[in-house]
Amino acid sequence: MSSKKKRTVLNDGPDWTFELLETYLTEIERVADHYRLDTYKNQIEVITAEQMMDAYAGIGMPIGYTHWSFGKKFIETEQGYKRGQMGLAYEIVINSDPCIAYLMEENTITMQALVMAHACFGHNSFFKSNYLFKTWTDASSIIDYLVFAKNYVRECEERYGEEQVELVLDSCHALMNYGVDRYKRPSEISLKEEKVRQKEREAYLQSQVNDLWRTIPLTPDTQKQQAAPNFPAEPQENILYFIEKNAPLLEPWQREIVRIVRKMGQYFYPQRQTQVMNEGWATFWHYTILNHLYDEGLVSDRFMIEFLKNHTNVIAQPSYNSPYYSGINPYALGFNMFVDIRRICESPTEEDKRWFPDIAGSNWLDTLHFAMENFKDESFISQYMSPNIIRQFKFFSILDDDKKNYLSISAIHDDLGYQEIRQTLSQQYNLSNLEPNIQVQSVAISGDRSLTLRYIPINRIPLDKSSQEVVKHLHRLWGFNVTLEELNEQGEPIVIASCPEKLSESEPAA
Amino acid sequence: MANFIDRRLNTKGKSTVNRQRFINRYKQQIKKAVSDAVTRRSVTDIDKGEKISIPTRDISEPTFHQGQGGMRERVHPGNDQFSRGDKVERPPQGGGQGSGQGDASNSGEGQDDFVFQISKDEYLELLFEDLELPNLQRNRLNKLVEYQTYRAGFTNDGVPANINIIRSLRSSLARRIAMSSSKKALLNELKAELEALEQTPGSEAEKIIALKEQIAELEAKIAKVPFIDTFDLRYNNFAKREVPSSQAVMFCLMDVSGSMDQATKDMAKRFYILLYLFLTRTYKNLEVVYIRHHTQAKEVDEHEFFYSQETGGTIVSSALKLMHEIQRERYPESEWNIYAAQASDGDNWADDSPTCRQLLEHKLLPVVRYFSYIEITNRAHQTLWREYEGLQKTHDNIAVQHIKQAEDIYPVFRELFKKQAV
Repeated sequence: MSSKKKRTVLNDGPDWTFELLETYLTEIERVADHYRLDTYKNQIEVITAEQMMDAYAGIGMPIGYTHWSFGKKFIETEQGYKRGQMGLAYEIVINSDPCIAYLMEENTITMQALVMAHACFGHNSFFKSNYLFKTWTDASSIIDYLVFAKNYVRECEERYGEEQVELVLDSCHALMNYGVDRYKRPSEISLKEEKVRQKEREAYLQSQVNDLWRTIPLTPDTQKQQAAPNFPAEPQENILYFIEKNAPLLEPWQREIVRIVRKMGQYFYPQRQTQVMNEGWATFWHYTILNHLYDEGLVSDRFMIEFLKNHTNVIAQPSYNSPYYSGINPYALGFNMFVDIRRICESPTEEDKRWFPDIAGSNWLDTLHFAMENFKDESFISQYMSPNIIRQFKFFSILDDDKKNYLSISAIHDDLGYQEIRQTLSQQYNLSNLEPNIQVQSVAISGDRSLTLRYIPINRIPLDKSSQEVVKHLHRLWGFNVTLEELNEQGEPIVIASCPEKLSESEPAA
Repeated sequence: MANFIDRRLNTKGKSTVNRQRFINRYKQQIKKAVSDAVTRRSVTDIDKGEKISIPTRDISEPTFHQGQGGMRERVHPGNDQFSRGDKVERPPQGGGQGSGQGDASNSGEGQDDFVFQISKDEYLELLFEDLELPNLQRNRLNKLVEYQTYRAGFTNDGVPANINIIRSLRSSLARRIAMSSSKKALLNELKAELEALEQTPGSEAEKIIALKEQIAELEAKIAKVPFIDTFDLRYNNFAKREVPSSQAVMFCLMDVSGSMDQATKDMAKRFYILLYLFLTRTYKNLEVVYIRHHTQAKEVDEHEFFYSQETGGTIVSSALKLMHEIQRERYPESEWNIYAAQASDGDNWADDSPTCRQLLEHKLLPVVRYFSYIEITNRAHQTLWREYEGLQKTHDNIAVQHIKQAEDIYPVFRELFKKQAV
């Protein structure tokens, strides 16, 4: 260290220049290497506030097909920003290779350094190494695919009219979260392959569908065999995929659009499950890297004060009774958990040794990398949340049972409650608990071709009323009757929505 | 090493297409908001965009998600008072949030409207879609011309008021130098000679006297060069330039007799607002004159125009006369583009209608750019309508339209000012 102290302090701006950005980036990169952060190549783009709003509207995609809902998102962002109700994020980073990070032009050099450490090394290394991202996304092909999607949608608009395309997109967007097979790893995609395969698929798919729905009578014995098995043989959770492959009336181009939306859903699937970890990881690293630079004497006190002020804002966690409370701040939870894991490794207490015999006293960097690579929010919390964190946040859990007219406190931050809170919080991030479990149950192949979906509630939580609207969208894609039934507490299916609506005959289905 | 790319110079309207799609998709709702706004605003208040609000449920994108109810357990931070097993009253749903009901986020957005701002231009664009100024073609060609004087250098003659002192004195100085410099040179020579003679003892006295005489003569000649001459005078020059007139006046005429109720007047108001908005797009300086009438006409301010009640019969020609007077006095047709809009329920004293026609045909129509008459009534047309309708055949700058209810205003307005073929 003492030899490094001779280094001159880097210019702390506050204005930045491209040379200065590069100087900081070099230093940050050196420290990141030191901590073994493995990243995609960085592509850092400096943009204006207006362009940042555009980036927001594209839900974090640098290129997107045209759809009104993005316009709505843009208007919302613009309104919020103009009235000063919300600030813009300092950065947006895209899971691609090279990893694209946007810096806003009006930030000071301190903020730019923070953002570079946070996005270009924190998020970037997370994208590259976390198992969910490795399984579900392919960073090298996403930009190509987005280009393909944008052009394909535009071509369809030219050929079939904007309105037709919009109808299909609307319907697909309603089902976007139901486009993932959780247990199958999808194959990788690239632009060239995609184009070739798209043509082949078009022809092949249609022939398959035609076969499924053939109306030419079969010979008597085959008919018997055909009639018996349920279709699909097992319930399907990937509704968009099921539609893409089996909907009887869709045109080939419509199937392709279903596929595009499905791929988008898949691309965002890991992000929904790693919010706490991803933000926590990136926050932990910008904090650690910049402090490292400070220890080396490379950044000034002024720089640190500004940085710490912003950092503190980012990880602020208002209490449940604060007017600013809007749930648990993923930055705060994630950051503190990673800091806590490091603490457990470096200076474990007796309690830590009891709770975490595996990691107490181990190499913190190895442990942290392992945690980042192999978990998602749900499992990360259930594996690593320590009593220390629960005490720090003063967590307590509330049981809200609509059959009782009061809420009850089921656990607080005491010995009895640690396990329970850890369990509850982990479930709170479990996607299967957050998203209704709805699967394709059956199709009346030889009858009226109606499609039946089944909702299996957890803890008696009902579906929101808007599901009737979603069923209408589903009907548009399917082309024949669609029914949504709910399995009630007695295990009987009850029709809760259908399209076309037939409210009068809502008898319990057999 | 990373790549830095400066994207700041790229176009920023990346979302414009999507925004446009959104506006197109909800055009019906947005249009409705725009037309509601017209009623709320004062006639002349058009300098800002408009806040559009659309019910959230109309534009929500439905997805499958959990509704309220069932059993949930959630963790919250910042426990300051609870122990295990405490029972807490369920906080009221909706309004009073704050007490840690994280569930609220699951139960869908509230029923707040989706509110956003459209720019003034978008607002007007939506309002005036497909409309063009009446007689636009002709107007372009013979739009009123005004003259504006501007400085155009200097001239040698003009009126004393325009004398340019600096220029004049400068040429006077030049003339004086030109006229006296040779004499002055000679004078200096003679003076030097004289001095030389006076210094030399025993010089000839006659020579000295002769020199002195010559010097006196020269000095007199130099003194005779005038300080300023008419020849020196310079005048500021002013020229006139043609400027197309950007001023217009809009006459609003309305019947306020007992038969016109507030609802009818509100309808008329919308019509005037539309007209005003429409004209401000072409004219920088737009004045509005409100004339209301029953049996007598009176010029009033906006508030009185729309909101005071009078009773009595109706003589429309009184308003037309007053308009003609005001126009002659304050708005000469050579300087002002004149527009008039008249709203009435069609009632008029039968003998007065031909007078109206006369007034219009001979006094008003020759000077106005456009005269529009709207009749807001559910009954059959009366004499006034028929007289005006007759005029429509012979004049192309009068339009007559019939409005039955509020919804008709906009279409009628379009009809009145719809694109006119060349």
